[in-house]
Amino acid sequence: MTPVETLWVYLAERPLLWLTVTLVAYWIADRIAARFGYAPLANPVVMATALVVLCLQATGTGFATYFEGAQFVHFLLGPATVALAVPFVENFHHVRRAIVPLLVALVAGSVTAVATALALGYALGLPRDILVTLAPKSVTTPIAMGIASQLGGIPSLAAVLVISTGVVGAIVLTPLMGLMKVRDERAQGLSAGVAAHGIGTARAFQLSPLAGTFAGLGMGLNGFLTALLVPLLVLLLGQ
Amino acid sequence: MINALVVLLGCQLLGEVAVRLLDVPVPGPVVGAALLAAALSVRGIPSFLTPVAHGILRNLSLLFVPAAVGVVQYGPLIVEHGVSLAIILVVSTTVAMAVTALVFRMVANRVSGRSE
Repeated sequence: MTPVETLWVYLAERPLLWLTVTLVAYWIADRIAARFGYAPLANPVVMATALVVLCLQATGTGFATYFEGAQFVHFLLGPATVALAVPFVENFHHVRRAIVPLLVALVAGSVTAVATALALGYALGLPRDILVTLAPKSVTTPIAMGIASQLGGIPSLAAVLVISTGVVGAIVLTPLMGLMKVRDERAQGLSAGVAAHGIGTARAFQLSPLAGTFAGLGMGLNGFLTALLVPLLVLLLGQ
Repeated sequence: MINALVVLLGCQLLGEVAVRLLDVPVPGPVVGAALLAAALSVRGIPSFLTPVAHGILRNLSLLFVPAAVGVVQYGPLIVEHGVSLAIILVVSTTVAMAVTALVFRMVANRVSGRSE
């Protein structure tokens, strides 16, 4: 082996390389997003993921090797979720004042997310295992995978659908709110969190800490609600 | 920095333990966030915690990149039912966001209208 090949073999098997690639890809994606004024389509998750996937394909690296390094970033999702408590307490006076509309809108949005997914899937003739996998698409990955496997769905597909839903929600958020002339940041954030979980919440934090707070709340509460709701609605579907 | 990490990880750990002991279908970090919120609303937010929490949340998008890369591995699953799934995801997510925002606005207007 040439020295370069030896070096590559060494680096490609260590966490350092792919951790660094993940951070650099995100840094570039975030620069591009900032350059476009955080426009809806300049989504940093999508751009950074595309960059990483290009690197993996160019070097013939598998996901397992990549994740050895990327797991350190992935792990931070836990502490980041806990950190949502800080803006929540900072904005608590806003939350308390809006508690009634918040809870009513949460229930309406949660039911809509599950019911429309099931109804459309049923109308388009999807098989039952795909249907029940689709139903919890608007909540965070661990909850969605739990619900899907509990009802005989496909957990790995649930993860795919959850991430895709988050990306769709993050991209659609500001154009949709503009179209409906909803300028209230609380309503914008809550919608993003309820319908598009963490990726929607990340988008809401790009808009403002207040929007992010309501998104984090929407995400957390919808997790509870969807876990109760999906088994019920699947039952109603009579399958 | 270290004390902030201890607080965040400690709450996550407590959340994970609570979820396992009570056997509820909720992720540990969500319970950890609720515990931290309860503690902070009683004792106030320590100054060391604020910059770390906001720093992490400002870059929340980064944390979804590894999972999203994983999703690309499952490309064939999506392709099999691709068109139907894409239509459902876009329509259902958009409608759910619209309903959430409109209901929030409607109820917020009604509540503030009543109190004025």
